[in-house]
Amino acid sequence: MQISGRTSVGQMRRKPKHKWDDYKVFLLAFPAIALVLLFRYAPLWGWSFALFQYKPGKALLDCKYVGLQNFSFLFSNPVMRRNLVRVLTNTFGIHLLGYLFTPLPMLFAIFLSEMKSKRYQKLVQTVTTLPNFISWVIIYSLVNSFFSSSGVATNLLKSLGLVEEGFNLMTSGDHVWLRMVLLQQWKGLGWSAIIYFAAISGISQDMFEAAMIDGANRIQRIWYITIPSLIPTYFVLLIMSIGNFLNTGVDQYLTFGNALNKQYIEVLDLYVYNLGIGSGQISFSVAVGIMKSVVALVLFSSANLASKKIRGESVF
Amino acid sequence: MTTALVKRKKPMTPQDVLFNTLCGIVFAIFAFICVFPFYYLFICTISNPNLVEVGRITIWPKGLTLRNYAEVLKVDNLGNAALITVVRAVFGTLSSTFCSAYLAYFFTKQNMWGRRLWYRLVVATMYFSAGMIPEYLNNRALGLLNTFWIYIVPGLVGVYNMILIKTSMESLPGELEESAVLDGAGYMTRLFRIVLPLQKPILATVSLFLVVNHWNDFFTTQLYVTNPRLYTLQFLLYEFLAQVKNTSNAVVTGDEAVNATMNVVRATGIRLTLTVVVMLPIMLVYPFIQKFYVKGVMIGAVKG
Repeated sequence: MQISGRTSVGQMRRKPKHKWDDYKVFLLAFPAIALVLLFRYAPLWGWSFALFQYKPGKALLDCKYVGLQNFSFLFSNPVMRRNLVRVLTNTFGIHLLGYLFTPLPMLFAIFLSEMKSKRYQKLVQTVTTLPNFISWVIIYSLVNSFFSSSGVATNLLKSLGLVEEGFNLMTSGDHVWLRMVLLQQWKGLGWSAIIYFAAISGISQDMFEAAMIDGANRIQRIWYITIPSLIPTYFVLLIMSIGNFLNTGVDQYLTFGNALNKQYIEVLDLYVYNLGIGSGQISFSVAVGIMKSVVALVLFSSANLASKKIRGESVF
Repeated sequence: MTTALVKRKKPMTPQDVLFNTLCGIVFAIFAFICVFPFYYLFICTISNPNLVEVGRITIWPKGLTLRNYAEVLKVDNLGNAALITVVRAVFGTLSSTFCSAYLAYFFTKQNMWGRRLWYRLVVATMYFSAGMIPEYLNNRALGLLNTFWIYIVPGLVGVYNMILIKTSMESLPGELEESAVLDGAGYMTRLFRIVLPLQKPILATVSLFLVVNHWNDFFTTQLYVTNPRLYTLQFLLYEFLAQVKNTSNAVVTGDEAVNATMNVVRATGIRLTLTVVVMLPIMLVYPFIQKFYVKGVMIGAVKG
């Protein structure tokens, strides 16, 4: 995100003015800046917990200083290492599976905007963006009413002989990644398509007209005009999501997780939460969190660099 | 748009008809999948709970009753949770929109002392965070645990929203403020009298983003709050669902089993109805706010 906008308001400074005015603007803005420092930067002191063997209820400095031992323990201890590998596998698995679906919003927008009826377009758009505004807790409740052991979808599958008695998708440990990704698609597809609708309406109509005069059919117009015009948008979004790779959030996995599917559903963020708040292992949890923050920063920088190389401008 | 042109120039070819029909069907199916769960949940809440429990309800409600809604009103803490949620959503949204706009305004002033540094520091927080647990420790040290303020204060300045508002403010002609300066208006007067009133559309968009986030958030409660007086509706529902998760696996026999079944039936009814109650406000305002959202996404898209 480069500093932009040399507006004419800003130009007022060009005539030499009292320096006092510069400080005044800063002082007025400072309370808001201070809030950012207080809630986003001040937590960095919490990183020091990773250097101690912190026990809840004790003052940090009364706890044993262990240096970087917590970090090495995460890798040397077999249980810790296995956990770390497991949650990383889940995080990567769910994300990579999700990438298979990334062209869907683009296709959704292309085909919907090719439809003849504008009203139908509007209706589909409105209806399909709705799930995006619903929290994961509610989605859990919805899915539960369909797929629990006596849910209506389970009954249907049973009567078709596709599943056995006692089948309960909510507690099953099978295909957890796929189910989580499909739910994300259900929730986000219509919403993610909006950005492509915007991009499509920005494509110059002259190109389509010229193509039609040359006798291009619909598929050719989509393939040679629409898709190439949308590819840059697609790549920007892809690069941004790579920068966000480790930030899965916890809402979905916390609500859908249970003892039986924990093995496959626990992602890195959820692991940090479970380790720190659930089992009170603050020091280890902070150590994992630090590694995550550092890796995330590296990912962002590389994604940004890639974007600069490919498109000549930075994403962030 | 392209199709409109086709239509004007020549009649629909058979391929066009086929294309429209196929697309129409595919989109209709997806749209159906998107709305049906909500409809289904609703008919379950007004049907006979015993039929719901065994999965007999499919497309139409059966054995109409409002018992579930009467039961749900008796849920412990519901009124209080509703109050907390509403106050939090309204107050949190207003204060956060204001603080973000306030900071955005001063960042449009190029002459701010150290502007480059401060702006970079603020924007960097979008891509870097100390992590969940350090933030938890920090908020605990600030005494925000188990207070209402945990819902409001940490999110006062939304960086992404701030950037949206700043972008919008920069498109204002500078002469507006210059003339006010000549009339002797200070920064605050200009902010409140000139800039903010002209930014209503973007402020509305940002507020809507915020209000839905506030309404849907349950994790803040999960992480920071143990006092039931501060529970939100979403968290109440989350707890309800977690209870069901835990009890449904328990095995009981005899009279207990009958009682347990009755309790399960009752609990299912309440759970479904509570879900409807919690999402109802969003569903009601959704048709009106959807277009604002679309606008917000597009502004965001331009800015990256």
